[in-house]
Amino acid sequence: MIKKYSVKINKKVHQVEADENMPLLWVLRDILGMEGTKYGCGVGSCGACTVHLNGDAVRSCQLPISALAGTEITTIEGLSAKGDHPVQKAWVDVDVAQCGYCQSGQIMSAAALLKNTPNPTEEDIENFMTGNICRCGTYTRIKKAIQLAASK
Amino acid sequence: MMKKTDSNYSRRSFLKVTSLSGGGMMLGISWFASAKPEDSLAELNIEPVWQEVTSFIKIASDNSIKIFSPNPEFGQNVMTSLPMLIAEELDVDWKQVEVEQGNYDPKAFPRQFTGGSQGIRMAWKQLRTVGSAGRQMILTAASQAWNLPVSELTTANGMITHAFSGKSETYGTFAAAAAKLPVPKDIVLKGNQSFRLIGTPQKNVVAPKIAQGKPLFGMDYREAGMLIAMTERPPAFGMQLKSFDATAAKKMPGIVDIFPIQVFKDDHKFAGFDTRSFNEVIAVVGKSTWDVMNARKKIKAVWEVAPERKEMGVNNRETTVPSGLESTTKHYAQMLEMSKNPGVVERKDGDPEKAFAEAKHVIERTYTAPFLAHNIMEPTNTFAHYVGDKVRFVAPIQIPDWIMPSIVARLGIPKENISIELVRMGGGFGRRAYGHYMIEAALISKQANAPVKLIYSREDDVSAGIYRPSYQLTYRAAFDENKKLIAFHAKGGGVPESPLHANRFPAGAIDNYLAESFVIPSNITIGAFRAPRSNFNAAAEQSFLDEISEYMGKDPIVFRLELLQRAKDNPVGKTNDYDASRYMGVLELVRDKSGWGKPENAGKKRGVSAYFCHNSYAAQVIDLQVKGDQVTVDQVTTALDCGVVVNPEGAKNMAEGAAIDGIGNALFGQLTLTDGRTDQRNFDTYRMIRHNEAPKNIDVHFVKNEIDPTGLGEPPFPPIFGAMANALYQATGKRFYQQPFQPQLKG
Repeated sequence: MIKKYSVKINKKVHQVEADENMPLLWVLRDILGMEGTKYGCGVGSCGACTVHLNGDAVRSCQLPISALAGTEITTIEGLSAKGDHPVQKAWVDVDVAQCGYCQSGQIMSAAALLKNTPNPTEEDIENFMTGNICRCGTYTRIKKAIQLAASK
Repeated sequence: MMKKTDSNYSRRSFLKVTSLSGGGMMLGISWFASAKPEDSLAELNIEPVWQEVTSFIKIASDNSIKIFSPNPEFGQNVMTSLPMLIAEELDVDWKQVEVEQGNYDPKAFPRQFTGGSQGIRMAWKQLRTVGSAGRQMILTAASQAWNLPVSELTTANGMITHAFSGKSETYGTFAAAAAKLPVPKDIVLKGNQSFRLIGTPQKNVVAPKIAQGKPLFGMDYREAGMLIAMTERPPAFGMQLKSFDATAAKKMPGIVDIFPIQVFKDDHKFAGFDTRSFNEVIAVVGKSTWDVMNARKKIKAVWEVAPERKEMGVNNRETTVPSGLESTTKHYAQMLEMSKNPGVVERKDGDPEKAFAEAKHVIERTYTAPFLAHNIMEPTNTFAHYVGDKVRFVAPIQIPDWIMPSIVARLGIPKENISIELVRMGGGFGRRAYGHYMIEAALISKQANAPVKLIYSREDDVSAGIYRPSYQLTYRAAFDENKKLIAFHAKGGGVPESPLHANRFPAGAIDNYLAESFVIPSNITIGAFRAPRSNFNAAAEQSFLDEISEYMGKDPIVFRLELLQRAKDNPVGKTNDYDASRYMGVLELVRDKSGWGKPENAGKKRGVSAYFCHNSYAAQVIDLQVKGDQVTVDQVTTALDCGVVVNPEGAKNMAEGAAIDGIGNALFGQLTLTDGRTDQRNFDTYRMIRHNEAPKNIDVHFVKNEIDPTGLGEPPFPPIFGAMANALYQATGKRFYQQPFQPQLKG
């Protein structure tokens, strides 16, 4: 059923009319035109759509808009004003990306990891990042970039 | 030292120079150049035709420099490395260069083609010639303005300097004057030792945008009034649409229209890359993706088993697509059965039958692999807007030239009325060489009378793919009483193509050699997948060589080097399509860099593999541990010979990715079918390698030489499968003949 919702994304409140079951992913992409959050699988298995919900990494394809009342969402567009979040800078420094499609989600997961675990072990990184798939195979660079961001 | 380019470039040159409004220079060079070498084109099934080649540089009067990257980008990083070729010869500061993706324009750009690891190889001289011509024209303009001979002027970092007088000015100062000059007849290129940019590590020019999630991809494209479309297709290969009722679906919120489309006409002449999984699909058009996804579930469609059909090729060759609902278990049984019969002889040296008959010992092993889905992270999509008799695409497409004639044929409009904006692709790996989705999007836009973005769901992408074929190879090796290898026999087949490369190693190294092939017709759609055929051959062949070297009591690297030495010194046959010296070079490099055979590595469970494809040579050593059904790869050491490396940073990234991608596919990759339906539908059922399964460390080493660049994107991928199988044997004592390997490990 179509309803009116108020969602707080990147510190700004948006009024949205949408089907109550519409996942945040499609609210972001199709209604609000924020396309940094990527569609990869729609079943919470690949992590391309990762955003922060009250600071925690979540899969936006699994979050219906009706469940977002009173929450704060951060997307890749809101991670930093100029692309200068330590994780984003590390991603450029380590030259992580190949095709780049999964990297928004990888970066959002990495930023959430470092927020709660500022000095992660290799095992911490591997375990936390396991929900984010990269077909190009940039995992070893992602790990280096997270370690670099943690060291700053 | 400077050297002149091949004279056939300059002779056929037709260079164009244009003044920019605002007082700058735009250099477009158009020339006819032979698309050499032709052997690689043959492998890609492209006619070795003469191609028109053009490229652009823009120099503004404020000395800002823009270089257009002609080739579609899917993560191979040509948007950095191709402009580097131009910037090198133009002698500009890389930091002042802005790179822009060129749109599809066969009259303006050379070879807009992403596939076959040919991007740098084919552009190596062409794009440097563009840069050099630009530099020479700027020099001439400066020489005239200063009234000084060109021979007294030098260039560096986008500046022209007269050392004697101390005069120094930017390129931009002379760009307007240079634009009025005739283009030079003789183009001079730098010698490799004069390179300042080529060979230096440069970061991906798009990296900052990627890190900010900018809308770079086809999936991200939108414009006012755009609708979303998806397509509903048969639930299984071998089925077709009989009828459907969309009454309920059309009443769903946001739905604009639902109608069937026919991808190709009944009399279509199929070109090599016209493959599509289903010819008749139901298009659902609506206002948002969510609306369309929900409406799809309400369509009441009736599907039926499709009859056998004939498809006529552009070459007038007819292909029969069989009827039936196929299953993986049956495919495997069919391949085993076929392997027992004589195949089509692809190559024969000496008298293999006699050698096998007289052998004291024969080892025979059969290797099998399933279909693989591309699993491009950005699902298939395209924007199309059909207005009047024109259509405008925004498309992630590897090879626009290959789908254009089919778009023209299907839509019945001239190619001049078709425009394609090329967007960054979220992976390709061969999948986006098949542009049927562009035709689908155009037909939907025409019928809906609106701009439309067609997207595939992940389930669509996995279950209606154009897969890496399922393959099988049976090898036999014959030995004399001294365990000397006297004959070798490879019989390869697949559903529906054979993987065999009959003239590759170890052909040429063994006196008695036989290669045979067979095929099993199928209605499962297959196509190019990173290093086609090689990605299976390397796994099978390199595992078999490992096993026979063990029987012979030889170190696996020593054994390979001995065979290659034979092929180098006294090759058998004249059609061997590899260079034994370069092959040996990567094996020696990986041996040295991995510390192969060194006492300190004695306890390691390691496997080696080497392979040649796409004009390059790759070897890998993998160190791993196995606990239960868990595999931990501690180290991958890769040695690569791809000639001159243009951008070592991007090249290393590509080789690292190939290792991870290869390990993932070797351990987990499989697309299996039951009664025509794929057993895997999404990433919850199709297992992909993940962070915790990636190697702990990857080292990449390049053979340093002066050979013009050869392929890079594909060559490091195939051998990793063999290195995994061989390392797993060392860790478990068990040989792995069936891909994927991980399900055979017991917890």
